[in-house]
Amino acid sequence: MTALPATSEAGARVPMGASLRPLLRLVIPALLVVGAYAFMGPEQFVNAMTRGAIYALIALGYTMVYGIIELINFAHGDMFMMGAFVSLTFLGQILGLTGSITEIAKLAPLLVAAFFISMIVMGAVGVTIERLAYKPLRAAPRLAPLITAIGVSFILQNIVMLKYGPYQTNSPKIFPSVDIVIGTAKIPALSLFIIVVAVVMMIALQLFIGRTRLGRAMRSTAADRDAAQLMGVNINRTIAITFLIGAALAGAAGVVNGLQYGVSRFDDGFQAGLKAFTAAVLGGIGNTVGAALGGFIIGFIEVGATVMGFSRWGPAIVFGTLVIVLVFRPSGLLGQQLGERA
Amino acid sequence: MSENPLDNEPILVAEGVSRRFGGLVAVNTVDFTIPERAIVSLIGPNGAGKTTFFNVLLGVIDPTAGSVVFRGRRMIARPERVGFESLLWVLPAVLLGLLSGLLAEAGIVSGRLVALLGFLTLMLLVGSLLLAIIRPVWYSTALERIGIFRSARPNDMVTAGVGRTFQNIRLFQNMTAIENVLVGMHTQLHGNLLEAFLQTPRVKAEEKAAERRADDLLTLVGLHGKGNEGARNLPYGDQRRLEIARALAANPKLLLLDEPAAGMNPKETLDLVALISKLRDDLGLTILLIEHDMKVVMGISDRVTVLDHGEKIAEGTPEQVRKDPRVIEAYLGAPAA
Amino acid sequence: MSAAAASPTSFASRRKRLAEVSSRHRSWSIVVGIAIVGTVLPILAAIPPFTLATPTNAWMDGFTNAGVFVLLAIGLNLVVGVAGLLDLGYAAFFAIGAYTYSYVASPFGNSILGIKFVEVVSPDIAGLVFWPMLLVGALVAALFGILLGAPTLRLRGDYLAIVTLGFGEIVPIVFLNADAVTNGTNGVGGLARPALPIIGSFSALNPWPYYVSMLVVVAVVMMLAYRLVESRLGRAWEAIREDELAAAASGINTVTAKLLAFALGASTAGIAGVFNASKLVTVSPDQFTFIVSFTVLAMVVLGGMGNFWGVAVGAFVIYTINNVLLKVLNQFFDQVSFPILKDIDFIQLQFLLYGLALVAMMLWRPEGLFPNSRRQRELHTAMTEPGEDELVTAEATSEEGQR
Repeated sequence: MTALPATSEAGARVPMGASLRPLLRLVIPALLVVGAYAFMGPEQFVNAMTRGAIYALIALGYTMVYGIIELINFAHGDMFMMGAFVSLTFLGQILGLTGSITEIAKLAPLLVAAFFISMIVMGAVGVTIERLAYKPLRAAPRLAPLITAIGVSFILQNIVMLKYGPYQTNSPKIFPSVDIVIGTAKIPALSLFIIVVAVVMMIALQLFIGRTRLGRAMRSTAADRDAAQLMGVNINRTIAITFLIGAALAGAAGVVNGLQYGVSRFDDGFQAGLKAFTAAVLGGIGNTVGAALGGFIIGFIEVGATVMGFSRWGPAIVFGTLVIVLVFRPSGLLGQQLGERA
Repeated sequence: MSENPLDNEPILVAEGVSRRFGGLVAVNTVDFTIPERAIVSLIGPNGAGKTTFFNVLLGVIDPTAGSVVFRGRRMIARPERVGFESLLWVLPAVLLGLLSGLLAEAGIVSGRLVALLGFLTLMLLVGSLLLAIIRPVWYSTALERIGIFRSARPNDMVTAGVGRTFQNIRLFQNMTAIENVLVGMHTQLHGNLLEAFLQTPRVKAEEKAAERRADDLLTLVGLHGKGNEGARNLPYGDQRRLEIARALAANPKLLLLDEPAAGMNPKETLDLVALISKLRDDLGLTILLIEHDMKVVMGISDRVTVLDHGEKIAEGTPEQVRKDPRVIEAYLGAPAA
Repeated sequence: MSAAAASPTSFASRRKRLAEVSSRHRSWSIVVGIAIVGTVLPILAAIPPFTLATPTNAWMDGFTNAGVFVLLAIGLNLVVGVAGLLDLGYAAFFAIGAYTYSYVASPFGNSILGIKFVEVVSPDIAGLVFWPMLLVGALVAALFGILLGAPTLRLRGDYLAIVTLGFGEIVPIVFLNADAVTNGTNGVGGLARPALPIIGSFSALNPWPYYVSMLVVVAVVMMLAYRLVESRLGRAWEAIREDELAAAASGINTVTAKLLAFALGASTAGIAGVFNASKLVTVSPDQFTFIVSFTVLAMVVLGGMGNFWGVAVGAFVIYTINNVLLKVLNQFFDQVSFPILKDIDFIQLQFLLYGLALVAMMLWRPEGLFPNSRRQRELHTAMTEPGEDELVTAEATSEEGQR
């Protein structure tokens, strides 16, 4: 087999209007964003972005794990839920905080600590689960790890339920409810904070995958595990790191969720996980940029449904989206990159 | 029958077949015809694109260009406007749904009728989805007429009359030999769900006949009396034979064998060559062999085609190919361009 | 008796002979087996250690409820155990069957359909509709199975798991929110109980008619399931489970075959749904949560994927443990006020135990407690020799998925 420059017969087969495509690729999303803004108004727009950021953080873990070992890690949504509980335990039960903290000098280290602890704990949980439950099944028929994953998800939920009970637990909203006024719109500072945190994490992840040795190991393992192994990549370590990063991001999403909504429950991870998975498929599973994009889109779909008065149907609409994507574009929006996974 | 099988009508015509994986061109504009009742071979060094070409012929992967016509029907080509097909599945249902919604809104029809229309909408959706999955021939033809083309899938090729074996044996290891052959007979049996439920005499008789035929096929490939042995317990050479029996069970017109002699000892190879000739002479099959090893194909092939770096570099009788300097170069690894 | 116990080989050979006879006369052995179980259970329920826990009639009632789960487990086994597809939203089809019955057999449902039926005729006659409704429930559930499976089964197998998970979550939400046609949270009540020409309408006080009907339904479903699995379609499913590409190369339309298994599994859940609704006389969204899907999956995995008798026993045992043993344990430790155990709510623990059981089974005994011999070989060999074939399959199917 030979590598040729991509020319020859492809040129003859280009469908009409192909020259317009790159332009459309920019114009259509821009129009959609502007349309969403006009339709929802600034407050709901930011609300959608905030939710989307949370889903995106969760979706990244799904897509990374799927990319590398082709497993739908059903327990991933529960990582997010547990992340929220770790942070509320730390802030509320260990430090005894209840209300908001207005001094930035006090708030900043607390936030950093909450993120740090939640991400570390969840990362450790993620790696442990991978070692105990998934690794022994790497060569088993595909059904086995899937069943294990759903079992793990149930275990995590029930552990949390036994500890914290079946009802909602309050999570201290330590971030002050300050609004930033832009024109007539009042945007909560917390929302901006969440969006910024999420975007920073995504960029960091992208740099990590694209620029570092470990990131390269991850990419090559995703593309061809056997070949990567032959080239001296430590497969076990790479997979463990993927789980670590994915779970840590879910943990961060949990912290953010606690700050934003102030309550958590043992089964929060179920629906959030479903939506985040939809986001991952929408973006093109295995593609980290796609997962982030998909997360924001799901956020907009959900908030859009609320604005139109269908808030009770939110989960059903998201699910409908998943089915529609699977019918029309199973490889997702950025799915062309599936073959040589980014 | 004519003296030279190469003069027969072609059973399969591949034109300009290319397959690209990203920047890598595995197969580059290959033309290839197989005359009926001929034994033709495709050879080439490792990584020449033989298996990719083979997989394109079998509908396992879509070509990026070119087409494959089997027995006069265009089976395989680059998919065209596939997205519209998904749209067609839902369009009738969506239209009917919208229509009934509008009618209800305008108060033209009663609630009961709306419910009925809603049910019809659902049935329409189910019907078109089922059609898309079962893919009867008329459905594909109708789609082709409006410019939507989807390549045949591996099972469509089997139904059309192409059988195959795999390079690294892929038997159903946990089944017995005869069960493997019975699975291969799937397209030849017609017992449906209801008949299976009721265990009708017809379906019972069909199963009996199928078992007899499976026995015959096992005998044909030289596995007489081994029907009840687990596939995984058979010796290597027998597993290869069993794969051929499984492929024969679907009554193919064309048999594609992917490196059938790989891993065989000289004795087994000889037996295999004899079997292949027998299949052509006694059953009138057309056979395409893919081989890495030139020696195997020289004895039995009517024609040999050589692939290298995804391109056809030579074609002709075994004698001609053996002498071709380009072939020698490709095989001996002389400094290539 | 003593000879069989003394020499394990003769016991094993007897067992083997029994297995041979039962596979040759499959249908009869099922009828006989169910008849034996059906006779032994009431006898057990009428004798001392069991009557102490609950009265006989309550036992009988419980057995019938367990039968609903046996049906569900048989159906899910067809999907998960036989065809190798993971369905995590099985309760949705259970719900669809139940609601289907409610539309025909309740005043509220009748008013939605715009017919007058239950209110007009006597219960003895209205209940007759139960029998054809078993079939209708199955058909409607199968219809939704196709609707959900058709787009999904074209793709890689794991998409089915997440889509069914979503579907299982969405269906109760739809029944909850579409209150105009489903009566929302309250659900639909006042369903007609089944009836038979001579004995008339079944009653809540007499558990026997329900019990016997359940035995008949289970026997029929089990018989059909075995006939199916031993037919050409069963062979096709087995082939797909083992090697999808090789199955396709043998001429099997893998998508159609998988869809068929999925739809048939759904229809079994539909039957169970109709039965359950007719017994509870009410349907509401909270009867069909994810817990149900998960419980049935645990039953199938514990019972032994692929083995219908195994999953039936698994379902029966788990149901009984859940609903009898755990309650009894709670009562017992409360009464003796045993220090730590007294504070543990065993019923709350059950789902944690399910989760642990699923993981443990997959890691150490993937073939289940009553394995199907072929499935056992398959699961174990795959674990010990990770062939490259599997990777090839994965690639081939993903290629397929991108079509």
